[in-house]
Amino acid sequence: MTTPETGDLRITNVTKRFGEFTAVDDLTLTVPQGAFFALLGASGCGKTTTLRMVAGLEEPTTGEIRLGDRDITRLRPYQRPVNTVFQSYALFPHLDVFENVAFGLRRRKQREVKGQVDQMLDLVQLGGFGKRRPAELSGGQQQRVALARALINHPQVLLLDEPLGALDLKLRRQMQIELKRIQTEVGITFVHVTHDQEEAMTMADTVAVMNAGKIEQLGRPAEIYEYPATAFVANFLGQSNLLAGEAAGQQGSDVLVGAYEQRFAVPAARSRTQRGPVFLGVRPEKLALVAAGAAVPAGHQSVAGVVTDSSYVGVSTQYLVRTGWGTELAVFAPNGGDAAQLAVGSEVTAHWNPQHAFLLERAPGEGDQTTPLLDSPDTVVGVGS
Amino acid sequence: MSLLTGVGARPVGAPGSDKAERRDRRRWLPYLLLLPGAAWLFLFFVVPTIQLGATSLYDPSGSVTAGYAMTWEFSNYPDAIAYAWPQILRSFSYAAIATVIGIVIGYPLAYAIAQKAGRWKNLLLVCVVAPMFTSFLVRTLAWKTILSDNGWLVGFLRDIGLLGDDGRLLATPAAVILGLTYNFLPFLVLPLYASLERLDYRLIEAAGDLYASPTRTFFKVTLPLSMPGLVAGTLLFFIPAVGDYINAALLGNTNTNMVGNVVNSAFLSRQEPPQGAALSFLLMAIILAIVFAYVRRSGTDEVV
Repeated sequence: MTTPETGDLRITNVTKRFGEFTAVDDLTLTVPQGAFFALLGASGCGKTTTLRMVAGLEEPTTGEIRLGDRDITRLRPYQRPVNTVFQSYALFPHLDVFENVAFGLRRRKQREVKGQVDQMLDLVQLGGFGKRRPAELSGGQQQRVALARALINHPQVLLLDEPLGALDLKLRRQMQIELKRIQTEVGITFVHVTHDQEEAMTMADTVAVMNAGKIEQLGRPAEIYEYPATAFVANFLGQSNLLAGEAAGQQGSDVLVGAYEQRFAVPAARSRTQRGPVFLGVRPEKLALVAAGAAVPAGHQSVAGVVTDSSYVGVSTQYLVRTGWGTELAVFAPNGGDAAQLAVGSEVTAHWNPQHAFLLERAPGEGDQTTPLLDSPDTVVGVGS
Repeated sequence: MSLLTGVGARPVGAPGSDKAERRDRRRWLPYLLLLPGAAWLFLFFVVPTIQLGATSLYDPSGSVTAGYAMTWEFSNYPDAIAYAWPQILRSFSYAAIATVIGIVIGYPLAYAIAQKAGRWKNLLLVCVVAPMFTSFLVRTLAWKTILSDNGWLVGFLRDIGLLGDDGRLLATPAAVILGLTYNFLPFLVLPLYASLERLDYRLIEAAGDLYASPTRTFFKVTLPLSMPGLVAGTLLFFIPAVGDYINAALLGNTNTNMVGNVVNSAFLSRQEPPQGAALSFLLMAIILAIVFAYVRRSGTDEVV
């Protein structure tokens, strides 16, 4: 907004070690200017360290970070056109809301502080709160002060470190929408670190799934969800039924897979590998159940099993189906209003459209990976929408 | 004021309780708990203070053997000022200089222990307090030895030319100020440490993220947030330093006497208790005025 040059954030071969521990391992990443980019991963995966290196709060052990044409790898935090919304908000307790928001402007000797601060407080819907102390605000209000305090500087990149982590579910939803609105409005690059897959998917236009200091997959949320690159991603982003099998190469447009004495086919375009040990993956909501012996739609593939658990969650019914070899598959049947409930103990056939399956590489010796414990409903709502 | 916190005895009555007796007891309990301390203060602070106030108004022409007559001699005060104003001024200037030096030494020390020392924190704290394990007098006598004309320090300073061939350290104002700084430093460092230890390092990171250089961060974030500790520490340092006479007596000469030395001699050698009492009261009044002005200015009531 302030600088006309293109401001892509480029992280190149960055490694960060803390003693023996490698937090970020040879990471290379480009965040285009104006993107809403999410770094998604479990705690300890290196996502916060990555963010802190962009902010200048940690120095990379090796590698380079560029913002547009500028090498910012070794710049001090206060020399970077980058601002952070901290997980703890880190509001200054001795300053009121107005002075918290004005802090960055005053440090850069900007004029017309008052007008800018008032405008920014309006943007985050905190007009009239200027005289309050941070301690007098609710969590959601503090969060918005933290956002205003960072945004008012018109940084080239805004870094958000789990900014919604401390809020309750309802407020979090509200702030997700709010953040997305503000990002569209101001057009600043947002890099958002979160462990909440739903938050990443609903807000970001690009998601990078991190694991053990590396990026497992990067892409649009739908791309990643529909065609995960690794077993980790398949299970971290939503739920998956992963069956261990052996791929036997391509035939026509399909890759043939043998698993548990059955043969399956997966479109080659949805296969990460063509030969050797593989996972055959199907999302629970892509599986459908029919009573054993009933007709399966043409072209579908199937496994037989017994319903071992069924829980009705309103929008869907979640089943566990035990296959002949003992693995329990998760199946989410949408509540269309016409499907009969299947009782526990029913013999069923679980079937799927091969176009919805995917094939991933598997380390030899790894067995089936499923999510035998049905997850909390909020996960399900997120992936279903 | 944070130092002289009174006990806010707020009786808590259980609403709607019919056990009136128990409620009564509960109401009296805070006062009961207050009693030993209050009695102690009354006997050993209030009574002597009144006695001292009375003494300051006695007829100065009396003597210890003949006794003193109460003549409401308010002129004792101007007389005392006329007699001891150089020492009064010296007391405040020495104590002020010592406090400034104390802050210069003590603030970085407290900051380092609180924020940077890691697992050495407790050991360093013990080091700060360790001198207190020996008596005030012994510590000051030790400085007398260190600073003495035949000591290695003076010899070394003479050798490198920082001190003239007949230059000395002992019996100079510098020695007195150094002694004051040394003796009261822990009282400054400990409250400062307590408030810097609570300082959230993430706030310093946030200030850096918001374009504040380390220097700006210090003045805009670290210093204001450590203000309660700094105010408490400087008061704990300054007040006893103003009234101190041991450092001046052991490390100074007759030209470095402080008001404490005059009070001491008025009571113990010159036999002029009314003058000593008047000086004590003056000292108390000036200190109270300074403390109020200081606490007001630094606005700690708001921060604490």
